[in-house]
Amino acid sequence: MNSDAASPVVRLLHLRHDYGRTRALDGLTLDIPSGCMVGLVGPDGVGKSTLLGLIAGAKALRDGGIEVLGGDIGDARFRDETCHRIAYMPQGLGKNLYPDLTVAENIRFFSRLYGQGRAEGMARAAQLMRDVGLASFAGRPANKLSGGMKQKLGLCCALIHDPELLILDEPTTGVDPLSRRQFWDLVDRMRQTAQAVGEGQSGAQKMSVIVATAYMEEAERFDFLIVLNAGKILATGAPAAIKAQTGAASIEDAFIALLPQEERGRASKLVIPPRGDDGDGPVISARGLTRRFGDFTAVDHVDLDIERGEIFGFLGSNGCGKSTTMKMLTGLLPASEGSARLFGQTMEAGGMESRRRVGYMSQSFSLYSELTVQQNLDLHARLFQLPREEARARIEDLVARFGLEGHRYALAADLPLGIRQRLALAVALVHRPELLILDEPTSGVDPLARDEFWRLLIEQSRAHGVTIFISTHFMNEAARCDRISLMDSGRVLATGTPAELVKAKDAANLEDAFIAYLEEAGAGRGNTVAPEETVFPPSPEGARKTPWFSFRRMMAYTIREILELSRDPIRLGYALFGPALLLLVLGFGITTDVDSLTYAVLDRDNSFLSRAYASEIRGSAYFLEQSPIRDAEDLRARLKSGAVSATVEIPPGFGRDIKRGRPTEVSVWIDGAMPFRAETIHGYLAGVHQQFLADPAIRGMGAGSGSGAQALPASIETRFRYNQDFDSIYSMVPGAIALQLALIPAILMALAIVREKELGSITNLYVTPVSRLEFLLGKQLPYIALAFIDFLVMFLMAITIFKVPLKGGFGILALGALAYVAATTAYGMVVSAFTRTQIAALFGTVILTILPASMFSGLSTPASSVTGFGRVMGEFFPMTYFLPISVGAFTKGLGFADLSHYLALLSLFAPALILISLLLLRKQEK
Amino acid sequence: MQTLRNIYWLGTKELRSFFRDWVLLGLVIYSFSLAIVAQAQSNAQELHNASLAVVDEDHSELSGRLARAFLPPYFLPAVPVAQGDVDRLMNTGAYTFILDIPPNFQRDLLAGRRPVLQFNVDATAMMQAGIGSGYAQQILADEIAKFLTRQDQPSPVLVGQAVRIAFNPNLVTAWFTSVMGIIGSITMLSIILAGAAVVREREHGTVEHLLVMPVTPFEIAMAKIWANSLIIAGAVWLSLVFVVQRLLAIPIEGSIPLFMCGVAIYLFFATSIGIFLATIARTMPQLGLIYLLVAVPLNLLSGGNTPLESMPPFLRTLMQASPSTHFVAIAQAILYRGAGFDIVWPRFVAMAAIGAIFLALALWRFRSVSTQSA
Repeated sequence: MNSDAASPVVRLLHLRHDYGRTRALDGLTLDIPSGCMVGLVGPDGVGKSTLLGLIAGAKALRDGGIEVLGGDIGDARFRDETCHRIAYMPQGLGKNLYPDLTVAENIRFFSRLYGQGRAEGMARAAQLMRDVGLASFAGRPANKLSGGMKQKLGLCCALIHDPELLILDEPTTGVDPLSRRQFWDLVDRMRQTAQAVGEGQSGAQKMSVIVATAYMEEAERFDFLIVLNAGKILATGAPAAIKAQTGAASIEDAFIALLPQEERGRASKLVIPPRGDDGDGPVISARGLTRRFGDFTAVDHVDLDIERGEIFGFLGSNGCGKSTTMKMLTGLLPASEGSARLFGQTMEAGGMESRRRVGYMSQSFSLYSELTVQQNLDLHARLFQLPREEARARIEDLVARFGLEGHRYALAADLPLGIRQRLALAVALVHRPELLILDEPTSGVDPLARDEFWRLLIEQSRAHGVTIFISTHFMNEAARCDRISLMDSGRVLATGTPAELVKAKDAANLEDAFIAYLEEAGAGRGNTVAPEETVFPPSPEGARKTPWFSFRRMMAYTIREILELSRDPIRLGYALFGPALLLLVLGFGITTDVDSLTYAVLDRDNSFLSRAYASEIRGSAYFLEQSPIRDAEDLRARLKSGAVSATVEIPPGFGRDIKRGRPTEVSVWIDGAMPFRAETIHGYLAGVHQQFLADPAIRGMGAGSGSGAQALPASIETRFRYNQDFDSIYSMVPGAIALQLALIPAILMALAIVREKELGSITNLYVTPVSRLEFLLGKQLPYIALAFIDFLVMFLMAITIFKVPLKGGFGILALGALAYVAATTAYGMVVSAFTRTQIAALFGTVILTILPASMFSGLSTPASSVTGFGRVMGEFFPMTYFLPISVGAFTKGLGFADLSHYLALLSLFAPALILISLLLLRKQEK
Repeated sequence: MQTLRNIYWLGTKELRSFFRDWVLLGLVIYSFSLAIVAQAQSNAQELHNASLAVVDEDHSELSGRLARAFLPPYFLPAVPVAQGDVDRLMNTGAYTFILDIPPNFQRDLLAGRRPVLQFNVDATAMMQAGIGSGYAQQILADEIAKFLTRQDQPSPVLVGQAVRIAFNPNLVTAWFTSVMGIIGSITMLSIILAGAAVVREREHGTVEHLLVMPVTPFEIAMAKIWANSLIIAGAVWLSLVFVVQRLLAIPIEGSIPLFMCGVAIYLFFATSIGIFLATIARTMPQLGLIYLLVAVPLNLLSGGNTPLESMPPFLRTLMQASPSTHFVAIAQAILYRGAGFDIVWPRFVAMAAIGAIFLALALWRFRSVSTQSA
């Protein structure tokens, strides 16, 4: 520990932070010494992450003050300067990483974010990968790494810019003990190296590290500890000092000793009574159990035998195959190879009967969070077909035994984690199973609640003879099991009682024994670290300055977005083929040219003239004649069933009356179920009627006087401009292109931004020098490009498939499309500012786009006819200005001169919308 | 028996979950109330507020009358423009119609020289241009005839054509758009509701939990189908009675119970396809994207938006395989034309059969996919 550290690295002043009504941090005041390893210890949910987020500047400061590296972190300008000196690794395995990117790509992304040039970035990335032993995995996607490797990669990314302060939030939770040990060695070595480099400069100091951890054992190795509980500091000082203060032997005991009296009451020593042997034959037995996903072997020839009433532990890191093995045993996953037997039967053979004998609790506690405690228990009792009386008694019993009485009518979602976990166990026990399979049931729960939970488990095992198969990554939990299997990379390394395993490796404790087993098996796991002396090239001083806009940082996001998109087949396929598919649907499906209309004739006259009238209709291209109508009854029935859309009834004496110049009338019924179709039929039939009258043969009889076009004293010449045949495809296809370019780019853009919020990688925006504008533009560029490709594809489809020729200029159309997709992607960006989940972003964008696009921007009704509120909405929607360009260039044959006015207005949208998103996007978490 | 009981109890859980999800609940309420009213009041399929300009080179009494003859709500008041501006105004789409009255029109007319009125139509504004030009011709012809005969009654027509519209005598668009709006909402919501119910279970890990219990995938799927169908069917009924019949005062000809039977069968299909899509997507956003590509065509091409008659023949044939096409036909037959079961039963059978196919597909994929989430 550096005793000459002059100024503290972090200084807290009456720091307070609330989430709604819960107080996460309650008036902390503290100086954290610089140049040393500082540990923040305490159970889950006591405010560790909040504190670290605040120090890193990721969370907005609300009450109180924090000085970091000598400046106020609440000050935005200071934050922008200091983020070059701080590195932050949020909680969760690989939380700040991008799972679809490879190891090398992840590191390069961060290097670009810090404005490092290509050469420097490559050199640093190579160096870091070699240092942590990831060099041989450079091309592997982050989501295919083991937990330990993910954390090492996270460290690489955090260290890319030689920070002075490194903030690590539970970096080793869920990581196997060997990787954990290596991780800490790595951090130590990095501090040495940083110092070696720093020695040349003035005021050289070791890198300061602040670490949060839930593993009390780890706390022993730090220089300075801050013990936190319920938002308050219980103690600070060196580990030895804290232990001395409380007179405890370990930090864990010290922690319990430091707790307030009422909480400590819960903590009594856990006693495990010995198990009586019954030699009944194994409850679970697996032979050569193997599971492959593609070319990845998740579980590799696992053999297991678990006796009745035994508590059997599965110990291993996240992703080592524990869950997969358990799923195969429960029959959730078929095994690729080997066999698993429960109660002496295979799962298939046992079927429903053996399921009744098993209780299962999965990692996520698998409760229906929207049901109450009582409803959850009830539902499970019903599904296991317990008789009502028995179920009621059993539920009462469990509620009492598990201390759920006070929460009976609370929603599972609202329960504290520890209670929820107890409820999950109660639910798994409702049907009195003989075997309990528990997949990491205690992760995320504080040590006291964990003890409480174990007490219940032990009772089940010892008092009721329930066999318990449990997986965990906590050493002290594993030590409580009757027997354990150590698991790594899909293989069981060793099986035995905890004492046997420790003894076999001659180790001090279970953790050391596990490490010994891991090292024995470890060759080729990528954990071998080359401890060579490394020196980073000192970064050029210039890179430390923060220009207000950096092309390189923007490109960091652009490149990343392209890489991610290219690896997500659904999003990419959607982006490339979605618009084309919908254009096909719209282009073929939505036309206003109605033909093939069905009609039938009831000819009551059957004269030459009545037949002439009927054949006049038959001659029309729009109609399809159906078999003649027999009588009035038939006419009604056929209209009613929709078999015909129109009927024409010619009255008796039709021919005779015309010849004699007496008035007569044809009676037409049109199916009005679809008003637009009825209007169209009406128009067509009126035309046919006029044509009949205009026939010279009829006119000669004088029937036409007073009606018909020929009789008009003036002629009206209707000119269908731009589209002589009045064929709707010439306006529908250009319109549909505009609609697709409004909808899909906006959806994809909104998803891209909200995805970062949902997955947590938005933290990188908070804590790195990248500015909001660089972030937004960097993410927008690929989508503009993609949307422009969509435009080109749809343009070619219009010309080739729909045979809609481009009569005007391509230049104006392409420029318009570019300005338009820039605007529509920016529109999605604005929507994303208001949504927190991807699904909300998706539907929000659809609803907010479809309405103005289809109603107010001229697609169905010309913009000039839209009035009132719709007009205002239309005027602020980019499609209103692109539609005239699209239709103008395609069908009206217009060019630059005619449409430049629209192009100018359209170009204003993108900058304005980006500005709005910029104002709505925060550079800190709220 | 136990199967039925499991389906029932799992379904009650679905209902409880739904009523706790405010977002989905809000979406359902909106889709069957406000959205229906908005669609009923939209007048995209009628002539409404069409914009018209007049080039009057005659400046006579008749030309003034012609310009004033175009009345709201069909047309906006005619705007006088100069002859030289016609092309520019048509190009920019400022007006859908421009009437050009030539010099000496009235004099020539009275002299029996049959002058020509030029009526320019922007034929890229399809719906409005099509209906509007017909109306305009009628208006102009009537106005000229009135001017010529003054007090005289026009001579009676000898051969007439009496046109009556069945089922919707005044061709009120709202009758059509309101019910079709409900159908659209059924398609859009039931698919996403059922799909989301499956994905939500998978994201929360509860589906594994169910599968290790003595419950079969068939029971899980059927529970989701009946529960989500019940929600939508309830919303449809309320919307039909309160929004369409009461609020919008639209008369419904046929039997609502028969229509609700059709709704039930259609919901069986729609929720099955929702579950099937959820087995393809891994996450909620993916489900959303795939859903749009399926639901939008189903909806647009069902005949509820534009007549089936206007589609190319191959597409019309293809759409016969889509239950939404049958459902739209059923709805129109029952609600507008008052058709009975004897007329609609073949389409009921078709919907049920296609629904069963998708349920089978969904079940086939359900188990294998639902466990691969972690």
